[in-house]
Amino acid sequence: MEAVVGLIVVGPMLAAAVALAVQHRPRIRDAVTIGTLATEAVLAAWLLAKVNSNGAVVLRVGDWTPELGIVLVADLFAALILTVALGTIFVVEVFAIGQRRTAWGADPELAGPLLLVLTAGVALSILTGDLFTLFVAFELILISSYVLLTHQGSRGQIQSGMTYVVMNMFASTLFLLGVAFVYRATGTVNIALLAQRIPELADGTRLGIGMWFLVVFGTKAAVFPLFSWLPDSYPTAPTTITAIFAGLLTKIGIYTLVRFNTLTGMEDLGPVILAVSALTMVVGVVGALAQDDVKRILSFHIVSQVGYMVMGLGLFTVAGVAATAFFLIHHMPVKTVLFLVGGLIEDEAGTSDLDNVGGLASRRPVVALLFALPALSLSGLPPFSGFVAKLALVDAGLAVASTPIVVVSLLVSVLTLLSMAKIWLGVFWGSPVDESSNIVVAVREAGASRGGRRLMVGTTGVAVLATLLIATFAGSLWDMSYRAATNLVDPSAYIAGVLS
Amino acid sequence: MSVALLVTVAGLAAIGTYLITARSMSRIVLGFSMLGHAAVLALLAAGGPAGQAPLADRLVGSGAEAANPLPQALSLTAIVISFGLTLFLLALARRQHVLTGDDLVEDDLEDRRIATTEMEHTDEPEPEVA
Repeated sequence: MEAVVGLIVVGPMLAAAVALAVQHRPRIRDAVTIGTLATEAVLAAWLLAKVNSNGAVVLRVGDWTPELGIVLVADLFAALILTVALGTIFVVEVFAIGQRRTAWGADPELAGPLLLVLTAGVALSILTGDLFTLFVAFELILISSYVLLTHQGSRGQIQSGMTYVVMNMFASTLFLLGVAFVYRATGTVNIALLAQRIPELADGTRLGIGMWFLVVFGTKAAVFPLFSWLPDSYPTAPTTITAIFAGLLTKIGIYTLVRFNTLTGMEDLGPVILAVSALTMVVGVVGALAQDDVKRILSFHIVSQVGYMVMGLGLFTVAGVAATAFFLIHHMPVKTVLFLVGGLIEDEAGTSDLDNVGGLASRRPVVALLFALPALSLSGLPPFSGFVAKLALVDAGLAVASTPIVVVSLLVSVLTLLSMAKIWLGVFWGSPVDESSNIVVAVREAGASRGGRRLMVGTTGVAVLATLLIATFAGSLWDMSYRAATNLVDPSAYIAGVLS
Repeated sequence: MSVALLVTVAGLAAIGTYLITARSMSRIVLGFSMLGHAAVLALLAAGGPAGQAPLADRLVGSGAEAANPLPQALSLTAIVISFGLTLFLLALARRQHVLTGDDLVEDDLEDRRIATTEMEHTDEPEPEVA
């Protein structure tokens, strides 16, 4: 059991080394990448089943005591998010193999190994039980994301890549300083010990630490006003890479925000977090309405949706945190799938600019359907998973009479639907682009082989089906989210699990 | 805790933060080096007073006088990471130099869009971006 927790982190790192060594042999390289990611997803699902029935699994690396060494903790919250995250990465990599045969694909010799390093970072940041290992995990994620974002070296990628790298490096430095402050104040970086010691600190010190890490994790999560790096940089990367970033990276920020703030009992920060959440929702969705490129609209939506997830945390109730957990489970796959559809549109029309695409619904009805289902889910319409997630949030908000934030969240939902309608009108309805124009012909020639395109559409189809299943199994998923949230809001079980 | 060390940390952090708000990538790289040093010094300061080298055989009998090894281990990791990232920043600056002839971080897309809209209204030449 403990070995599996370790394997999930170490496996992708070893596989990345192998994939780099065989980078000039496409078949072996792809087999290693896909095989590892599939194994990871299966292991995570198995771990989730075990944790769900038997309780948290704790791995003490090198058998050191938790005060001195590194611990990996797979509690229910971690296992849930880990399973969804690794499953999402696997689906995107299958899509990427189809897309690599097109002009839009990433450089396969680098993208495969780097994706594996990113996977290791994601797994480590979810499972880690101490603050410094969390810093290292963030760096693993960020370094691979820097390279994935800029490895093609085009003008736009370098331009926005610079902003992305500088913003995130600054946040990482603040993180490191924060670790020093926490160590000075409490004498430990272990999260379970921090959960015991931080609530005992003087109010000023405690809130200082809380605000400091709100800025650090808030930059990773792209909350207002720290989101400016996101909408510029994400759309410039190849679709599959953007899809992974969109589905996972900011969510890891939210995950750590939730874990840190709930376990260390930062209830006093609730009003601050709620205010940030409202501003994030509104600014994100208004930004999306002003855009006219599919990928840019979707990128601004990430910001807006982050606001929702932070809202559940800001309530600091079990129902609120459970709603955030469920929102994460819903959002990671749905957002990723929408970006994959963006990739299909780009492959079909040669651009994701709304002005230059049109009438795709009649030409490719399947793509239209694949866009419509997750788009409606993201806007929060029944019977999709987005509806369940937003209902849970609104319900949790009303339970503690936080009416303003609930009103804002409902209003933003309507605006989300509006901007989804904008994509629909621009891409799927309207007059088709001129079939004989140079750009369309050029795209056709650069486009995917028939097999590659079929793989892309097929993968997206399966992924859309999987997101529909989230709504189908909402009952049991909600039940798990709720139990996970209970153990976060009352950390005694977590502390006992790690320290005993 | 040494006041001199704290003043150094604050000074390095202030200069570093000032430098990374610059346009030019070479200044940003210097800024991050400063900030990195500030963070490492802060970690060391957090570990308490200096002492003997924290080696296992020397700890016997004189445990209280040995320095706390944990912040040192954390600092080492942080130094390695910031070294790698500095090189990556330099590579980015080099690429930008190849593409545009300088190493300036440009305005983001939204700012550029707003600037062009205003230009269309006033019909004036684009202001120089230093």
